Amino acid sequence: MTLPPDVPYDIAVIGAGVVGCAVFRDFSLSGLRVVLLERGADILSGASKANSALLHTGFDAVPGSLESRLMQEGAARYRRIHQGMGLPLLPTGAVVVAWNAADEAALPGILERGHANGVHDVRPMGADELRAREPHLAPEARGGVWVPGESVIDAWSAPLGYALQGIAAGGRVLRRAGVRGGTRDEAGTWRLDTEVGPVAARLVVNCAGNQGDIVEAIARPSPFEIRPRKGQFVVLDKTAYRLATAIILPVPNERTKGVVISRTAFGNLLVGPTAEEQPDRERAATDTAALESLLAQGRRMIPAIAQETVTTAYAGLRPATQFKDYQIEALPKEGWISIGGIRSTGLTAALGIAAHARRLYEAHFATLPAFEEPEGPVMPNLTEELPRPWQEDHREEIICHCEMVTRREIAAAFDGPLPAGDLGGLKRRSRCMMGRCQGFYCFRRVMEIAAPHLPDLVSPLGGAR
Amino acid sequence: MATTVIIGAGPAGLTAARTLIAGGVTDVTILERNPEAGGLPRFCGHLGWGFFDYHRIWSGPAYARRLVADARGATLRTNVSVTSLGPGGVLEISTPQGRETLTPRAVLLAAGIRETTRAARLIGGTRPWGVVSTGAFQEMVYAGGQMPFRRPVVLGTELVSFSALLTARHAGIRPVAMIEEAARITARRLGDLFARHILGVPVLTRTKLVSIEGTSRVDGVIVEENGMQRRIDCDGVIVTGRFAPEAALLRGGPLALDPATGGPQIDSFYRTSDPAIFAAGNVLRPVEHSGQAAAEGAAAATAMLRDLAGTLPAPADAIPVTPAGALRYVYPQRVFRDAGAITLYARASQACRGTLRLKAEGRTLVERRIDALPERRITLTIPEGALKKICRVELELA
Repeated sequence: MTLPPDVPYDIAVIGAGVVGCAVFRDFSLSGLRVVLLERGADILSGASKANSALLHTGFDAVPGSLESRLMQEGAARYRRIHQGMGLPLLPTGAVVVAWNAADEAALPGILERGHANGVHDVRPMGADELRAREPHLAPEARGGVWVPGESVIDAWSAPLGYALQGIAAGGRVLRRAGVRGGTRDEAGTWRLDTEVGPVAARLVVNCAGNQGDIVEAIARPSPFEIRPRKGQFVVLDKTAYRLATAIILPVPNERTKGVVISRTAFGNLLVGPTAEEQPDRERAATDTAALESLLAQGRRMIPAIAQETVTTAYAGLRPATQFKDYQIEALPKEGWISIGGIRSTGLTAALGIAAHARRLYEAHFATLPAFEEPEGPVMPNLTEELPRPWQEDHREEIICHCEMVTRREIAAAFDGPLPAGDLGGLKRRSRCMMGRCQGFYCFRRVMEIAAPHLPDLVSPLGGAR
Repeated sequence: MATTVIIGAGPAGLTAARTLIAGGVTDVTILERNPEAGGLPRFCGHLGWGFFDYHRIWSGPAYARRLVADARGATLRTNVSVTSLGPGGVLEISTPQGRETLTPRAVLLAAGIRETTRAARLIGGTRPWGVVSTGAFQEMVYAGGQMPFRRPVVLGTELVSFSALLTARHAGIRPVAMIEEAARITARRLGDLFARHILGVPVLTRTKLVSIEGTSRVDGVIVEENGMQRRIDCDGVIVTGRFAPEAALLRGGPLALDPATGGPQIDSFYRTSDPAIFAAGNVLRPVEHSGQAAAEGAAAATAMLRDLAGTLPAPADAIPVTPAGALRYVYPQRVFRDAGAITLYARASQACRGTLRLKAEGRTLVERRIDALPERRITLTIPEGALKKICRVELELA
């Protein structure tokens, strides 16, 4: 049940990506009555469903930028809370690898920038040390810069955990609740027109990601314009996991950070992203040529990738704008906080952005009590780093053999205050069907569990045409 | 402790169990990760099974039931996943009760096969619901009574692709098209006539699937024909064929794999590079019909019986066989010089006509004209004694 429309929420957060979930969490924990509005059938339906799942140090950010600051703050907050929530942190480290003389010439600048960003543990790594650490790298690797703090996390369980903490603190999440427009009355209350009816709130926080400028136009002509940037990724089979221990970064150029090779928390090896501008802010499609090119680049860095098979491929759209930095601003007169242009670093920065939003609220709207970090919920472990249910005595039957997902884990994805809203949500909560066979062996049995909750997926044989 | 452990309760594994028991092994354990034994035929409701091994024509489920019944005497452990297959055949397994380590005298790997996914083929587009393999589609229809779509396209024209059409017919739906990149269908000819005239499905050859479209559910595909792209409206894609052995358990491990088959290398006694581990059935190479898999299961079990009796030749005495010319692969990858006649199995990479030659040290030992299709098994029997004093042989199609 939603509140009656005439009893306004304190805050309506628009967009349940990782940033929206983190903002929802912090304001809910601060004792405010918060509603999180998501247009998709589940949270993480936009940019946040498809990223590289890295927790950055911010060593390569623009020094002094808001992005740099909030990445550091976000990563530090994640490191403080992840264990209590059962969220993983693979301390892989990263190495920026120089492949030629021009790359080598850029290394001192990379070191310097790391130091300027307050990441003091970056250091040069010679070719021999690099080879000893990453024996599968191509022999052309000339050494690089070692960034020990770069890490791999589970990009889905973290924001889901933030949302659940917000709900436990009294917040409400409405899905399939796209915001079509809104007006503000004389009393300063926003009346948002959503797909599930009117929602009233005293303050709106725009975390709408790729829809950010459209939502912003409800409050004012948007000062930023979303220019979606597509990133395609290839996920290699688990047998490729051994081919890299650290995150392998290229020396970045002006436009892109380049193609990265990293482990995933689920035990695969990830190659990507591409960086492609496109006008379409909805459709994130892969294309064969780009995927082939990613694999070719991966093979150039780690030749043994040639023997590995592809588990899956995906594309994500990042909400870039005409500006390099985040576009975050409080509009006291409008009762509005804008959080726009959170590009590929949003997963890292989310909790920092939420803290920043809270500071803006305190500066411009009202003071808030300090809150204690809640205990739990402890998220189900989906990673290979920690024990999983299939390893327990008296386990339930394994439904998804590639990812070793038990019946209970799939059923659990439909339990609780924020059950899976669509198939993607089920996969993100359980990992089922995400392995090398992509459902060859488990579709039917997953559907038997999922169909009562997600009725659009299959129809009974001989049913209505 | 089990003397022999078989991984996989499909046609190869169950037939091997039957053979081992008939040969007097009292302690045979079959490990199956699914809740029931029988393998992939369980989900193929149309007729066509049992012809080669039982001289009957059954539905897949009937055949699977018969295989299971005939393996009685073996200990069948379902819901058991093998998580590691180590040197000497040491097995780590996950069972409903907990994890165990098994140390049998011999292991038979009969883990079967699966189709290559849309992702592994690097097919572009979005990722909507409605893209399934034939295996998943058949299991949904025959075992689950579930229909994921009404108007799918079928990608591929292998034998299994026509099996998908039969399944669609059983489900009361009609695919909108079959799509094949090559100039002709992969399966034997007449398949296309069968599709067109019996099932009413147009077969589009020289047509490439470029991308899959749709947001939550498939709403179309983009195909390319003669450099021209066009859209076909549909609500699903059945991605058929291009089978690959389910050999992930072996990758990164100590067993020698054959990149060309995707399975383990074996000698002519179905023995892998670890003499305690045998392999049979579709885990050896891209797909054969269940009768062939079952025959291999029986042959591997016969070799295991000899192994238990201590009468198999030492693995080191085998000599390598390599494919050449238009051959994609050949197995067994190692053969023995003095162990009787040996049959080699091979596949061509594409349809071609030519001469199949067994060559060694510059000489042709056996040759024959053949007409090869990528889906058709090529066999060649090395006569007894033909390999005397030879160190390696090559099977060539040119």
